[in-house]
Amino acid sequence: MSKVRVATVWLDGCSGCHMSFLDMDERLLAVAGMIDLVYSPLVDCKVFPEQVDLTIVEGAVSNEDDLHKVLHVRQRTKLLMALGDCAVTSNVPGMRNYFTRDDLLRRAYVENAQVNPSIPTEVIPPLLPKSRPVHEFVKVDIFLPGCPPHADLIFKTVADLLEGRLPDSTQKARFG
Amino acid sequence: MIPDELKAITDAETEASAKVRCRLNVCMAAGCQSCHGDKVLKALQAEVASRKLEGVEVRGVGCLGLCAEGPLVLVDPEHVLYQRVQAEDAADIVAALGGKPVKRLVCSLETPFFKRQKFIVLENSGKINPERLEDYVAHRGYEALATCLTERQPPEVVAEVLASGLRGRGGAGFPTGLKWQMVAKAAGPKKYIICNGDEGDPGAFMDRSVLESDPHRVLEGMALAGYAVGADHGYVYVRAEYPLAVKRLNNAIKQAQKAGLLGPSICDTAFTFNVEVRLGAGAFVCGEETALIASVEGRRGQPRPRPPFPAEAGLWGCPTLINNVETFANIPPIMREGGKWFAGIGTEKSKGTKVFALAGRVCNTGLIEVPMGITLREIIFDIGGGIPEGRKFKAVQTGGPSGGCIPEQFLDMPVDYDSLAKVGSIMGSGGMIVMDESSCMVDVAKFFMEFCRTESCGKCVPCRVGTAQMHNLLSSICAGTATMDDLALLERLCDTVKFTSLCGLGQSSPNPVLTTLRYFRHEYLAHITDKRCPAGVCNIHSLAEVHA
Amino acid sequence: MSTAIITFIIDGRDVSAREGQTILDVARENDIPIPTLCSLQGLHPVGACRVCLVEIKNTPKLLPACVTRPSEGMEVITDSERLRQYRKTITEMLFSERNHVCAVCVSNGHCELQSMAENLGVTHVRVPYLYPRLPVDATHARFTVDHNRCILCSRCVRVCDEVEGAHTWDMQGRGVDCRVITDLKQPWGTSESCTSCGKCVHVCPTGALTEKGKAVAEMVKRTQFLPYLKTMRESWS
Repeated sequence: MSKVRVATVWLDGCSGCHMSFLDMDERLLAVAGMIDLVYSPLVDCKVFPEQVDLTIVEGAVSNEDDLHKVLHVRQRTKLLMALGDCAVTSNVPGMRNYFTRDDLLRRAYVENAQVNPSIPTEVIPPLLPKSRPVHEFVKVDIFLPGCPPHADLIFKTVADLLEGRLPDSTQKARFG
Repeated sequence: MIPDELKAITDAETEASAKVRCRLNVCMAAGCQSCHGDKVLKALQAEVASRKLEGVEVRGVGCLGLCAEGPLVLVDPEHVLYQRVQAEDAADIVAALGGKPVKRLVCSLETPFFKRQKFIVLENSGKINPERLEDYVAHRGYEALATCLTERQPPEVVAEVLASGLRGRGGAGFPTGLKWQMVAKAAGPKKYIICNGDEGDPGAFMDRSVLESDPHRVLEGMALAGYAVGADHGYVYVRAEYPLAVKRLNNAIKQAQKAGLLGPSICDTAFTFNVEVRLGAGAFVCGEETALIASVEGRRGQPRPRPPFPAEAGLWGCPTLINNVETFANIPPIMREGGKWFAGIGTEKSKGTKVFALAGRVCNTGLIEVPMGITLREIIFDIGGGIPEGRKFKAVQTGGPSGGCIPEQFLDMPVDYDSLAKVGSIMGSGGMIVMDESSCMVDVAKFFMEFCRTESCGKCVPCRVGTAQMHNLLSSICAGTATMDDLALLERLCDTVKFTSLCGLGQSSPNPVLTTLRYFRHEYLAHITDKRCPAGVCNIHSLAEVHA
Repeated sequence: MSTAIITFIIDGRDVSAREGQTILDVARENDIPIPTLCSLQGLHPVGACRVCLVEIKNTPKLLPACVTRPSEGMEVITDSERLRQYRKTITEMLFSERNHVCAVCVSNGHCELQSMAENLGVTHVRVPYLYPRLPVDATHARFTVDHNRCILCSRCVRVCDEVEGAHTWDMQGRGVDCRVITDLKQPWGTSESCTSCGKCVHVCPTGALTEKGKAVAEMVKRTQFLPYLKTMRESWS
């Protein structure tokens, strides 16, 4: 039996959800035996491959790069899971949504800058007007809220998926 | 005041009017006043005075109906109606008295607008000076009150209303007689009557016109209700945005008190009834009865769950009868002519007449009163004179933000409570807005949703958040940025808000969306999938512009 | 003492109510769970949040359990797919309305809105977030009001009025622009009517009203005092 092709993507988040993923600890060995991690911040791979079975997305969609990534990923993925509050609710990245982009950038790069106060125009992708959850841009198949979601919950969900079941919808998951 | 005294007033009025050879009735309702009817009145008075004419009376009267052609002047006994009269026309009009009418100003009274109407509520509108008690009395005013107080027992009065089949004219159409019976049977030493004049639907001005044109009629209806259910105090809740109606109402209350038709020992009986005016501060939700009661009590105008209904526990916890202005205005003629007479007009389940404020894309905008059961086509095309500029009819909106848009295929449907409900709309208080092909139905739904969003009191979650969310979704459909998922979400929100909101405002707020989705779904789809507004109303941006 | 007893049915179970009891009261006595947000034992019910709506057989309308009194033979259904869907949507509406960033809330883990979502299986919010810009008033010496986390349940308004008797809190504005206010919309710290009793803080179901000096997840509310206070007040009068 060929292994399940899994990818993880890191958008606007703190990487805490990826840490929680790693907190599966010894269970990672069991999971690793069943999956092929084809793309992830945890592995060295520059291009998002085609025909991915499951992509786990951490983080909100906050800038044009995030948007481009999530649209691209969706096209190449069978099942897409939003992992953690940033991906599910926009969470902390969304706390900038009450300010305009200009105010925000001025505050960060001019008012609070120690050296060379100026708003960057290159390298850093332009911000979207608001930081928003993943499902407002692409179809999300599985939602796993939490900040971060507990490793047990991630394991249970991933294990369900690897065994060919959709995760138990009655299992309790909480924002925050 | 006793019946004999009322008769004396009538006789004096008859005698006085016998001396009047000619009467110039100038419409002094808000519509005609807003286009300088008051100046016309003054100019005519000045003209008559300067010519030292004997037996010519110039007076202000209530609404003459055809607001679109105001200011209006009706000349009696010739019965000639002049339209779009300006102060400069006064000399010509006075000069023409007794001779040939001023041709350029004449408005035919032989058109369906006048011929197809039936006046019960508006029987005195445009015929009497609303600022004179004597005028009302001379037109059989307070006759019903005097007769009932001296000759009939309260249960007989209730029975008469029951027999009439009258249903509430405020919107929901609850049988008025049943409501009166509930309050009459409710236990308690103190009961109240409330007249709901918080007319807030966009485009509706029925209650305003009734209060401006014939305020005593409403007071008489309330006093009769007080007698019937055992209440000695009444409140009229009017919007502060109706200064003329409020002024005339206050004036009428003072006159009635002075004449002993309100206050203690009315008609020399033990019946006492006082009326006070309460002004609404412009909140649509205060038209909802429990919110209105909270507002009269001096609290924040927010609805509360029913039951208990006001009939059991209303104002200050006392049994309270709350009816609409037009409902009370129907009471005096019902008492005078009998419930049976009233029940003979209209349809099987909707009796009597209904006053509508005809507005929008129709030739004859104005105030009309028609028998229940008349078809929408008769109202819009005969009475209303059809659509101006040869455009095509598209839909008619009844019931304001709580009602629905009715398409062409139902034009021959009779106008009654149940038929309107069947097609997804409501009778409502009587606003009727006609739309032609130049209207975008998504834009119309958006307009009403914006209204509900800003008028939601914020107490219950579905109405507070739901109307805001639905408005946002409608805005994005209009802007061409919505997806089919957004449409599905809109429909889900409509369902949730309709079935879970606390009061009628929330429960009915999805109606304009639901009816336009039902009858004009293709217009929604055109916005969403083709990025096109069929009526050319919405400013659809290209996707590139949106992301920029 | 004789009081009228009403027998009726909740979810197929025969139950009985004493006079004056609501469907919610009876359901609680019988350990039948009905979700609530604005309702709190000891305060007048207002029927505002709509999550306690139940179905009544042969009645077209859904009725709020917190204010509806049972009648003889009535058949109440507290849980159905339709009710679950409505409760979920209403909860999602609340999350979308303001900025409930649970992860950085002092009430994280002790919040009634958060646990409501968890119990109803709300894993994400299907209505777009509105992201309003809302103030935080920290002018009071001991307490803070964070409008970002307020669900307008009016518990603070009611406890201040009905129990403390100060009526410092009230509601201002319409629709989504509604806000709880202190006195005539002045900073809480300058309120002359506030007795600083803190009842409002403890009845607040979310992290909108909190004690100062609490870090994330540290704000635990205590509402046990309410029924006790209510009983005491009733026995005086």
